[in-house]
Amino acid sequence: MSRFNRRVEQIPPSGIRRFFDLVLDAKDIISLGVGEPDFVTPWQVREQVFYALEQGRTSYTSNWGITELRQETATYLNTRFGTRFDRDEILITVGVSEGIDLVLRTILNEGDELILPEPTYVCYRPLTELAGGVVRAVSTPSLKVTADAIERAVTPTTKAILLSYPCNPTGYTIDKTEILKIGEIVRKKGIWLISDEIYAELTYEGEHFSVGALPGLKEQVIVLNGFSKAFAMTGWRLGYIAASRDFLTQAVKIHQYAALCAPIMAQYGALESLRRGIAEMEEMKKSYWRRRNYMYDALNSIGLSVAKPEGAFYIFPSIHSTGKTSEEFAVGLLEQEKVAVVPGDVFGMGGEGHVRICYATDFNLLKESVRRIDRYIKAAKK
Amino acid sequence: MHEIVELLQKDARLSPEDIASMLNKSVDEVKRLIREMEENGTIIKYCAVINEEKLETKKEKVVAFIEIQVTPEREKGFDAIAERIYQFPQVRSLYLMSGRYDLLAVVEGETLKEVAFFVSDKLATLDNVKSTTTHFLLKKYKENGTMLFQQPKLERLNVTL
Repeated sequence: MSRFNRRVEQIPPSGIRRFFDLVLDAKDIISLGVGEPDFVTPWQVREQVFYALEQGRTSYTSNWGITELRQETATYLNTRFGTRFDRDEILITVGVSEGIDLVLRTILNEGDELILPEPTYVCYRPLTELAGGVVRAVSTPSLKVTADAIERAVTPTTKAILLSYPCNPTGYTIDKTEILKIGEIVRKKGIWLISDEIYAELTYEGEHFSVGALPGLKEQVIVLNGFSKAFAMTGWRLGYIAASRDFLTQAVKIHQYAALCAPIMAQYGALESLRRGIAEMEEMKKSYWRRRNYMYDALNSIGLSVAKPEGAFYIFPSIHSTGKTSEEFAVGLLEQEKVAVVPGDVFGMGGEGHVRICYATDFNLLKESVRRIDRYIKAAKK
Repeated sequence: MHEIVELLQKDARLSPEDIASMLNKSVDEVKRLIREMEENGTIIKYCAVINEEKLETKKEKVVAFIEIQVTPEREKGFDAIAERIYQFPQVRSLYLMSGRYDLLAVVEGETLKEVAFFVSDKLATLDNVKSTTTHFLLKKYKENGTMLFQQPKLERLNVTL
């Protein structure tokens, strides 16, 4: 008998563990390797939570989350993204991460296939496998998600499609036309459409079109979102699932035993973000937008070609021209120029040959890092 | 235009090239807009924000906020008396206020005595000044949106996915 759970044992140790250890211990580097805002949670929100604590709000909440927050979340989604959720269709979770785990465990049976456009954030694959599912990755040469690529991957055992847009690591989003087409596939096949929209607010080109706004698909669509990115609340660990009552009634059974409820302080903080934090969120968004514009120009001008990212705070340039693998590039850049970026291969199919650069960093540091990357590339060519 | 001002107010040393890149504009356009704003007085000047506590050659300085009640003049309102007051180099700022008093002057001097003397000798004796109340400044925490004490640095891990 094995000492550990077989599925857990089978999750491969991250191939770039060595690189990560190198970066985590490095001192005096410019890190473009982070996955979070460079803003502290706005004071208004922090101050409101002091008040909640003074009021002695330290208990458990309902498994579903506090009622006002669920109501406010539904209203927020409906007004900003044209969805039609009501309070009972919101489940507050411990970050989107817990939400993803809940969703996958709620719908997957042994051997069920999940279609996953890659490159993408790293949690979906292991969580699918832990839940007994099988990932079927799809990718396109442009790294942008298309309905065609997804449709070609559908098989009789496909149970769900999982989208994440705007995308970490590419910053690309999926526009309304493609989402409508993907909606049609889902409708035709009677499968689930799961969508992690944590970066929805940080969309710089056009408007974010949520799968929650697809007409007549409510029973098949699951939207995940949260407060970490746009509201600069990563450490609070607060997210939510918006989906049919039918689905949530199943999912909450796992949540109530595995997490009981999301932390009450974080829930009060999130409530304040929705009620009075929109303006400050828009200011943060503007500052990412400016830095995106700068990084896009700057990277292309030093020969790292990349299309303009439409959202999030990442840019994912190709490093093919340097003749290095992603990991070689990242290790060399760290050692020679003390700049940390993330090798693209960790994000799955299509990621090799790219690096993820997070531009949620002080503008002057971004400028300096571009100078160093330029010097690094030139030195490598000699 | 507004966005350029916003950027320059935070960092007046940003180059037109960087501003153009950040705002998706051409460098020429940004240069032209800045020149226009300099010429029409929208941008008055560029200066450094100093934490005086850290100045090595720091001179002791006294700052007072002085509430002034005045009698406005026919046709000129408060403007004439305000001008009489703001022309003094000791007056760093002057505002017309609603409420219990009319003008608020920020006055700077090297000693308490110097400021007090300025108030009693120059301000209080002006014809239209009815009364003054002087408040001496003890400590600055925040000025023009800038916190003057070092804030804790944002601690993030070097890498997270």
